[in-house]
Amino acid sequence: MKYFKECDVVVIGGGITGTAILRELSKYDLHAILVEKEPDVAIGTTKANSAICHAGFDAPVGSFKAKTNVRGNQLYHQLKDELNLDIKWCGSLVVATNAEEKATLSELLERGKANGVPGLKIISREEVLDKEPNLTTAVAALWAPTAGVLWPFGCAIAFAQCALQNGAEVLRNCGVTGFLKEEGVLTGVETTQGTIKARYVINAAGVMADQIARMAGDDSFTIQPRKGEYILFDKTAASSLVYGIAFPCPTKKSKGILVCTTTHGNTFIGPNANDQEDREDTSVTLEGMDQIISSAKKLVPKLPLGDSITLFAGLRAVSSTGDFVLGASPKVKGLFNAAGIQSPGLSAAPAVAEVIVAALGQVLPLKLKSNFKAALPAVKAFSKMSGAEKADAIRQNNLYGRVICRCETVTEGEIVAAIKAPCGACTVDGVKRRTRAGMGRCQGGFCGPRVTQILARELGLSVPEVLKERQGSEMFYPKFTAKEGK
Amino acid sequence: MTELYDVVIVGGGPAGLSAAYSAYQQGAQKILVLERDRELGGILQQCIHNGFGLHHFKEELTGPGYAGRCIDLIKDKPAIETRVDTMVLEVHPDKTVLAVNPKRGIFTVQGKTVILTMGCRERTRGAIRIPGERPAGIFTAGAAQRMVNMEGYLPGKKIVILGSGDIGLIMARRMTLEGCKVMADLEICPFSNGLTRNIVQCLHDYDIPLYLSHTITKIHGKDRVTGVTVAKVDEKMRPIPGTEFEIECDTLLLSVGLIPENELSRGLELNLHPLTRGPVVNQHRQTSLPGFYAAGNVVHVHDLVDFVSDEAEIAGKFAALEAEAKLEPVVKTVEVVAINGIRTCVPQRLDLPAQGEPVRLFMRAGAPARKVTLEIRCGEEILLSRMLPVVKPSEMIAIDVPAEKTASMNGKVSVGLKVKEG
Repeated sequence: MKYFKECDVVVIGGGITGTAILRELSKYDLHAILVEKEPDVAIGTTKANSAICHAGFDAPVGSFKAKTNVRGNQLYHQLKDELNLDIKWCGSLVVATNAEEKATLSELLERGKANGVPGLKIISREEVLDKEPNLTTAVAALWAPTAGVLWPFGCAIAFAQCALQNGAEVLRNCGVTGFLKEEGVLTGVETTQGTIKARYVINAAGVMADQIARMAGDDSFTIQPRKGEYILFDKTAASSLVYGIAFPCPTKKSKGILVCTTTHGNTFIGPNANDQEDREDTSVTLEGMDQIISSAKKLVPKLPLGDSITLFAGLRAVSSTGDFVLGASPKVKGLFNAAGIQSPGLSAAPAVAEVIVAALGQVLPLKLKSNFKAALPAVKAFSKMSGAEKADAIRQNNLYGRVICRCETVTEGEIVAAIKAPCGACTVDGVKRRTRAGMGRCQGGFCGPRVTQILARELGLSVPEVLKERQGSEMFYPKFTAKEGK
Repeated sequence: MTELYDVVIVGGGPAGLSAAYSAYQQGAQKILVLERDRELGGILQQCIHNGFGLHHFKEELTGPGYAGRCIDLIKDKPAIETRVDTMVLEVHPDKTVLAVNPKRGIFTVQGKTVILTMGCRERTRGAIRIPGERPAGIFTAGAAQRMVNMEGYLPGKKIVILGSGDIGLIMARRMTLEGCKVMADLEICPFSNGLTRNIVQCLHDYDIPLYLSHTITKIHGKDRVTGVTVAKVDEKMRPIPGTEFEIECDTLLLSVGLIPENELSRGLELNLHPLTRGPVVNQHRQTSLPGFYAAGNVVHVHDLVDFVSDEAEIAGKFAALEAEAKLEPVVKTVEVVAINGIRTCVPQRLDLPAQGEPVRLFMRAGAPARKVTLEIRCGEEILLSRMLPVVKPSEMIAIDVPAEKTASMNGKVSVGLKVKEG
């Protein structure tokens, strides 16, 4: 049989988990291929979440969630330097607004200590207001100094790029349609691009992970999609909200509706937590918005609602086991699951990758590469350059002198670089996630058409062929011809 | 190295160009216009319909035609330099301006005075929080207009328009003429926010239904828009349950308001008015920061470009006078406030010489009304009153106050509407 590709390991899913696993695999002497069904990586749960690198006090003691969260949080420090990740180590607050909630803080503190979270302490109302003057309803808070905010798609893309420079492959627009098996053992993956022969398969398919597992013959867990909706504010609103991260006291279902300012200075409120059957529906609802607005007001009574710039929703992959599903499949030889990755999945990703690769190491002898390149070339956003750096960048490439996104000051040079980079942008939203063009207050109203035209030029497409995000999301149509006219 | 100018103008649309010409006429020797687009003229270049210029040029022109007139007035004038494809990154209180373009790279210029003419931008979906998915096919009307008129592509083929601002109305007609089907125009207010002539010529003439007091409660379509759910709204503009219906479409155009583009002004810490969302200015369009002037849609959103030019000519003249240190001394400052049915009034401040000076006030009403009297008062005294048969939020009210009336002003002046009694 002729195969489309042959490799040692196929990773299914290009979210934060899949890309982190691919990067971890690329440290070893083996050939790994990541397949992603969409035109870009990081467009499932990874693109719509709270972007928080949690400290690790929430999850039950001893759980995968707890262990990988605390370990992942530590790993991100080195990764930040190696991969130029946008991470703001700002610490987080869990805010109690009454005596009952204050009792919950002590529970969280104890659990956090047991999970090995350093530096946790309960602080007074005055100390809270000193950090966050707009949290006027606080009576006390749990302060977790190791928490941070990170830039989720930036991390996933950087993981993919690091893996690529170490010999791994990323295939986008490559959906899994079936599995090859010989005598009950997985031997390959059938995809929309062809059959890939592989010795091992890692399932990191997010909200689809149970369906992928089932397709391979593993029905040991199911995934419940749980929607979370968010409202994002203009940067000008941050001063009337919070500078870092403020959680309410958690409920059984979620960590609650929080208020948080991203690495780039936009504050958001959200998420709520509503279970649904649909695995694709990420629509924001009127009821959902009312829900998050009224909850967020309990933390910050004066919300600058007139300054909202966008709404979004993401689906968390909640596993039937109550914990992350990590390791060799109990049902299918050759299959490994990294599934049920809901919160704190983003924080945990680098540690989840270690757990999965260690599990793989039980059956596949792993040998570290001597020439693993951990660092990505440093890229600085034009808006963050000094005057001299800007002048220099333009001298080398005058496209850095043309500002395309005026809200975020993103230049044509940066957009072209993002398109040409390994695992480069090929859609309008892909450019947005890599450069921030379109993430500002006008939300691409001004730069969206220009970005579309730049993509067409650089990718050799016609403008009507350029996609916003997934297949079928064309931005523009050709004009009617005289024949078509009425 | 910092290059020095008499007047530096940020923005080369109709306001910037008119200000430049006026500053030149006033005698400024060195004027610089900085424009971010690839050509001068601003948003007019994409407004290929007619209806511009009747007041200012006494002739009906298209948008590019109007822009062309403005460009003709300034070209070949050694005193006026223009730089296109140039983004201003920072403006500082010392009147230095940091800008960038592909040819020159980063450069700094300094004006004796600076005129802010950055225009306005469109409100987006996020600002009005329309629920639903985030597919392709949702555009602000202006972005779609640029694409269809300047770049030669359609934003879609089956179109719903939310909001009845002028750009939305113009686009309803434009898309119809391109062969597209415009399904409906939805307006959350019980009245249209566009000019009456545009309602008639762009909707009625093409049998496009206008649904007043309606809004969109959900956008459908995961990848490309497939439709919208529409509902009637109550007096508080909340959707009324049970009134929903669906319209199939592949495109949603938003014409839901314009916002003066004051991102640069914000860095200057000059006073911005909470309702106009532009700088507070005096009758010469001088802002609260010495040496800084502002004109056009960056100050308040205008209904006609003609008034933008008028206002910019004032700013250009006085910015040039200040650059030459020829401004008349101010003997009194009077605050102008909008009350009773008048939402905004520009200028908000009068800095007057002893003998007073003629001033034109531009106002916008908060809601439509008929047979009202506009009153300009100073304390109990009525300085001026004018009968107005109709007022609409979409149309600016302009009132000229003669010099002698301004001479008698003291303290605070109010402008408001009085409904005719009986």
